Amino acid sequence: MKVPLSWLKAYVDVNVSVDELAHRLTMAGVESGGVEQLCDWNDTYVGHVLAVEPHPNADRLRLCTVDIGAEQLQVVCGAPNVAVDQNIAFAKVGARMFDTHSGKTEALKPAKIRGVVSEGMICSVLELGIGEEHDGILVLPDDAPVGTLLSDYLGDAVLDLEVTANRPDCLSMLGVAREVAAFQGNQMTEPDISYPEDGEPIDSLATVEVADPEYCKRYTASLITDITIGSSPQWMQDRLNRAGQRPINNIVDVTNYVMLEYGQPLHAFDFDKVKDHHIIVRQAVAGEEHTTLDGIERKLQPPMMVIADPGGVIGLAGVMGGGNTEVTEATTTIFLESASWHPFNTRRTGDALKLRSEASQRFEKGWRPDLPPLALRRATRLMLEVAGGTVAKGIIDIYPGKEEVAVVTLTLARLEKVLGITVPLDEVTKTLNTLGVDCKPVGTDAVEATVPAWRADITIEEDLVEEIARIIGYDRIPTTMLSTPIPLSQPDPARELKEEVRDLLAAAGLQEVINYSMVSGQSIEVTKGTTNGDKEPELLRAANPMSPEHEYLRTTLKPGLLKSLVTNQRHDNVPQWYFEVGREYLFYGEGLPEEPEMAAGIMAGPGALSTWAGEEKATGFYDAKGVLETLFERLGVLAAYESKDDSFYYPGRSAVVMANGQQIAQLGEIHPTVLEHFDVRAERAVYFEIDLAALLTALPDVGLRFRGPSIYPGALRDLALTVPVDVPAAKVQTIIEQHPLVVRATLFDVYVGSQVDDGVRSLAYRVFLQAQDRTLTAEEVTKTMERTLARLQKELGATQRQQG
Amino acid sequence: MTTAPEILGTLHNLKTVAVAELDAVTDADGIEAWRIAYLGRKEGRISMIMKGMAVLDTESKRTVGAMANDVKALLESQLEARIEEMKSAQFTQASQEGRLDVTLPGRRPPLGRLHPITQTLREITNAFGTMGFQVVEGPEVETDHYNFELLNIPKDHPARDMFDTLWLDHTNADGEQDMLLRTHTSPMQARVMEKTKPPVRVVVPGRVYRYEATDATHEWHFAQVEGLAVDEGITFANLKGTLYEFARLVFGPERRVRFRCDFFPFVEPGVDMSIDCFNCDGAGNVKGSDDMCRICRGSGWIEIMGAGMVHPRVLKMSNIDPSVYTGFAFGVGVERIAMLKHGIDDIRYFYGNDARFLRQF
Repeated sequence: MKVPLSWLKAYVDVNVSVDELAHRLTMAGVESGGVEQLCDWNDTYVGHVLAVEPHPNADRLRLCTVDIGAEQLQVVCGAPNVAVDQNIAFAKVGARMFDTHSGKTEALKPAKIRGVVSEGMICSVLELGIGEEHDGILVLPDDAPVGTLLSDYLGDAVLDLEVTANRPDCLSMLGVAREVAAFQGNQMTEPDISYPEDGEPIDSLATVEVADPEYCKRYTASLITDITIGSSPQWMQDRLNRAGQRPINNIVDVTNYVMLEYGQPLHAFDFDKVKDHHIIVRQAVAGEEHTTLDGIERKLQPPMMVIADPGGVIGLAGVMGGGNTEVTEATTTIFLESASWHPFNTRRTGDALKLRSEASQRFEKGWRPDLPPLALRRATRLMLEVAGGTVAKGIIDIYPGKEEVAVVTLTLARLEKVLGITVPLDEVTKTLNTLGVDCKPVGTDAVEATVPAWRADITIEEDLVEEIARIIGYDRIPTTMLSTPIPLSQPDPARELKEEVRDLLAAAGLQEVINYSMVSGQSIEVTKGTTNGDKEPELLRAANPMSPEHEYLRTTLKPGLLKSLVTNQRHDNVPQWYFEVGREYLFYGEGLPEEPEMAAGIMAGPGALSTWAGEEKATGFYDAKGVLETLFERLGVLAAYESKDDSFYYPGRSAVVMANGQQIAQLGEIHPTVLEHFDVRAERAVYFEIDLAALLTALPDVGLRFRGPSIYPGALRDLALTVPVDVPAAKVQTIIEQHPLVVRATLFDVYVGSQVDDGVRSLAYRVFLQAQDRTLTAEEVTKTMERTLARLQKELGATQRQQG
Repeated sequence: MTTAPEILGTLHNLKTVAVAELDAVTDADGIEAWRIAYLGRKEGRISMIMKGMAVLDTESKRTVGAMANDVKALLESQLEARIEEMKSAQFTQASQEGRLDVTLPGRRPPLGRLHPITQTLREITNAFGTMGFQVVEGPEVETDHYNFELLNIPKDHPARDMFDTLWLDHTNADGEQDMLLRTHTSPMQARVMEKTKPPVRVVVPGRVYRYEATDATHEWHFAQVEGLAVDEGITFANLKGTLYEFARLVFGPERRVRFRCDFFPFVEPGVDMSIDCFNCDGAGNVKGSDDMCRICRGSGWIEIMGAGMVHPRVLKMSNIDPSVYTGFAFGVGVERIAMLKHGIDDIRYFYGNDARFLRQF
């Protein structure tokens, strides 16, 4: 809402600077998005032309003497309309003006025109930057104060107000004026709405039938005959221009002017084009067609509201008028409508037709059945003033369901309970009164407030509390810490685990990313992998997707991480290790989708920063597995890795991770066709995914139990084995570590090749043996190793590798 | 025959010669040879002399023995000192040769970091945590009921224009779309109050969605933290106090704070909190020039959060008696806070996941 200060001042004295005004409005809830200074000319004055003489050396130029109060100056002027005794806009040398030759705004230079010194310029509206005309100079009214700065006389500032959804009353000059009066504590002046009614009674000239009073709460109209279409006066055009509304003609301008003044949209019909002079307000008939003022033919449906005559639709109620009854230069009789349309109905009509207008935006914000007759009379008066004619006697006013005004009681106790501050009764009353809320004290500690029609947003006590608070200022309310008891702490292990996993993955060297929750359908399809017979979730698509790239809610984190990898792959000399902790959205046809939280990662590129100290190998399966092992160890989770093929992964290079009898994670090298689909350049990329809910159930029930370190010396033995290649190393390790005297076995070499037979591989372990209560004897150590070897032979077909 | 005076003379000479020889030794082998020559248990000169004392009388034995022991002790201590001296010299030499170029890059374990939004979320929830707010989370796919209706935003209400909604393409039996991506974290107000009776004091971090074109300051997908406190005796003054403390904890004590009236359908009175612009220190223009500050667009203030006293209708719909209980709610945009703290000028960096951006935090 653009509010020119000059227009605002027509209703209320403004006794603060425009910046202060903007600040106060902002603090009270009507935010100023900025103040535009108009006509901020320097060195330009209201001047008076004392003499006009011919230029000695040029026929078409004149030599003028101009009085600007403090001095008299000589100026050369080429305008045909310059004349003695005119008040004009005079720019002295140095004033910044629009130069019609260069097309730029420049400072006026001292000039000699055809041998005569010119000490400034008499300006046109184009040069002043306030209009398009350059046929002649701007002539100011006779009462213009000669010698004052032109900016003080003509200048203006426009406030750009952002009006919140609850305050449609501030979408009008009067509404804003009322706010200003409230915090200044002064009175505002209502516009004049009186006019002579010299014509025939309106009922004898026009008939109106409201067929659907549910969607048209009030319908008012006036009739003006013998008007003359033309331009509206300059002052009205100026105000409309500054408020951002383009002037059209005097009749349309008045409807726009009053809409901005009162917030009530109006519509003027060319009455001679209304069949039988009979207006019907009704719902559209299905399939009915109508061409709106913008020239577009629209197909209508009930319950869209229309204005019709017996011949058909002549206007779309509350949204836009019809081309068939448009006011033209030939129009002489105006049927002026000011009605109250149903907000939801107007909104739905606009949505259905994809048509929003200044009018519909106002109607959508709520009922204002008090307004139509006021705005109607105001507009009628102005039309008479600017277009002449005769007004029919009386107005049409159809208002079947008159509404009671709202009365809300406010107690001082409630005010204090909500705000935490006491406000005396007389201040409460005074504050509400300035806002137009009529207050009747009830006892000594309450008021009964009658809410004015323009404040439909005030319906409960708290609304009045806000009115008090915002007008006295939020700054007056103290700033105190909460002193009520803190609720009992509710532990949230799932959330704690999630944050710990984040920390651990970052500590393992992975960079966290956050990807969009919506992805393309194809990326879900490509990364789906092998489904293992479980019920598959239904994909959820956005009804209005942001783009095909973000069309479906993700059911997996895979596409996002692959994209993160691709985004960064041109910087391929650093590890591409990324993780994301986020939700999958799994919908199984009922209720809301499940939103399990996953921690997933993708790892590619070099294994560590390549440096002068030597380059690491490319990231592979075991780097990702190492990250998971570290993570699970830190959390005290005993995890087992089982080979499992999945078409998302490279055959034979993927695993599921089991703990506590269920799957908690998966990992593997991504299948080359998937990499290719996403344009991943790296030869290998490893993906892992941890189901955080499953991980939570695998955490140890109680805290880890302490076990004192043994104080007795231990023994180290190497155990070199040849094992059939299909025996998983984890099994070998488990058997070795199952012996009570073995503390740990560390695999330090894996060998397949010419030194061993086909079908077997060599695994070498360093075994550390130790007892809690004694020093082991050599005999005990040897026996342990023998027994272990015997088990390995029997259960896994392993043999001790022959040295040499 | 050897006499006592002779032996004493020999010992005396031996002492002088041995010390001189020891001084001349330059390496570990020389030291060992010297030790064997003089202090060797079997063939060492001292041992030999001591063996030769057997022929002396008791009186002479005592005199010579005492001197021999003195010389032995002296040589031993000289030997030890010499070893120390040589070690020290060797170390000095070795360390001279082995000086490191400390400016060469270190060998680093790979460094991972948390996303700046995660970091900022933690900072925000921690700040409220110090004031007794517990963290809860809720679903991102929501119903109209929780996202709008229970927040005092009925169907067709003009306030719905404030929330451009991403609906899901799924309809209920009546043919109406019945799922949406939550437009704010506020639905958790109702979800929490349904489950928990006052006192309530929670913050809700989470992802929210708006059907909105993307530009430098708008994303369709962003993070929010909702807050809610409900109890007997909670006032607007407490709301101001809580938010003020939050601003102090997150932005430091230097920042000024402003509370102005604003409208959100689920609070009354409503407020928005701004901090003074850190870029222009609240002046609105670039220091020493008339150019408008581009961060606050000339206003000198930056809005960081919307808040207010929980609307009585919202309390009532969640079966909490508004005549007994009052409360406040607030919502803060996480990207906005991160942008302000780090001077990030484009919100699209956050979900673009360019590592060159992410590794700066």
